[in-house]
Amino acid sequence: MSDINIVNAPPGIEGSGFFATSLDKVVGLARSHSLWPLPFATSCCGIEFMATMGSHYDFGRFGSERLSFSPRQADLLMVMGTIAKKMSPVLKQVYLQMAEPRWVMAVGACASSGGIFDTYSVLQGIDEIIPVDVYVPGCPPRPEAILDGFGKIQELVRNESSRRRDSDQYKEMLASYGIL
Amino acid sequence: MEETKNSILIQLLSEKFNGKILNVNEPYGLLTFETTKDVIIPVLKYLKEDEKTSFNFLTDITAVHYPEKKHGIAIVYHLHNMVQKIRVRVKVFIDQQEPVIPTATTLWDGANWMERETYDFFGVKFDGHPDLRRILNMDDLGVFPMLKQYPLEDPNRVDKKDEYFGR
Repeated sequence: MSDINIVNAPPGIEGSGFFATSLDKVVGLARSHSLWPLPFATSCCGIEFMATMGSHYDFGRFGSERLSFSPRQADLLMVMGTIAKKMSPVLKQVYLQMAEPRWVMAVGACASSGGIFDTYSVLQGIDEIIPVDVYVPGCPPRPEAILDGFGKIQELVRNESSRRRDSDQYKEMLASYGIL
Repeated sequence: MEETKNSILIQLLSEKFNGKILNVNEPYGLLTFETTKDVIIPVLKYLKEDEKTSFNFLTDITAVHYPEKKHGIAIVYHLHNMVQKIRVRVKVFIDQQEPVIPTATTLWDGANWMERETYDFFGVKFDGHPDLRRILNMDDLGVFPMLKQYPLEDPNRVDKKDEYFGR
C-alpha cells in the first residue's frame, strides 16, 4: 500500500455510482490545495520563507510548490518583512494586479504592525493599504508558524462561499481601501 | 606625526582664511574646525586642490540639528586625503529659519546625492544644486524628519497611547 495521503472528499451524498456535494465545497477543496503564492519578501521573514520552501519543511507538500513571481497568476500574496512607506504604492500595485479570488498573508511583526520600526518612514502594518486575511506573529516567525498561517489560509479558501467576492460587504471592504 | 600635520594644516588655513577658521578641535585625533557659509566653498576648494592639503575625497556631507542654538543647523563635511591617509571635518553652523548654503557639487560630483539626502532629512537648501529633491523618503512626506520638532514615531498610530508608556 502506498503511504501517500490524498485529501478526503468533502461531505456529500454518496451512493452506488454517484457522489453529490455542493460546488462551493469542490471548488474550495481544489483551490485550497493548489494555492500559488507570490512571495513579497523584503527582510528576515523572507529568509524564514526560504527555509519553509526548502526540502526540510517542504512547502510543496501543501500544493504550493509553484511560486508565482507574477501577480497575474498568483492566488496568495505573502508579505514577509518591513514595508517602507516609500514601497507601499508598489505593494498596493502588486495586490491590484492579482486576479480575484486573492488572499493576503502578513508574515511577521513588521508586515503585521510595523514591528520594532515605529518610525516615520515605515508602514505600520500592511493592513493600512491592503486587506489582510491571516497574520503570522513572530520576529521572524519560524517555518512552522508560516506553515500554520498557510493552513489557516487553506481553511479560509476551503470554506469560502462562491459568492463572497460579489457581496456588498466585500465590495465595501475593498472600497474602504480605495480599491474598486 | 599626525599631530604636526594637523597643526600645519590649521596654520595654512588660518593664513589663507584669516579669522574664518574657528573652534579648532581634535577629538580622537580627527582635526575638526568651524567656518562660515560665505567661505565654505573656497575652504573646501583649497583643501581639495592645494598641493599641500589635497583632500581629494569627499567622504560625507550630513547635518546636525541643535534646536536650542540660534544657528542650529550644522552642516558637516568629512574630507579624506587618500595619499597621506589623513582626514578632516569641517562644520558650518547656519540659521534654522533660513537653511541655505552653497552647493559642493561644483567641486565633487559625489556631493550630489549627499546633499539631496541632507535636504531630504534636514531641509537644507543647497544653492546651485542641479537636482535638489528628496532621495530616500517618500515624496509626499511633507516634513524634514530629522529636525527635532518632528516626532520620530509614526503619527498615524492610534493604538499607542501615552499612558501605556508613562508619558
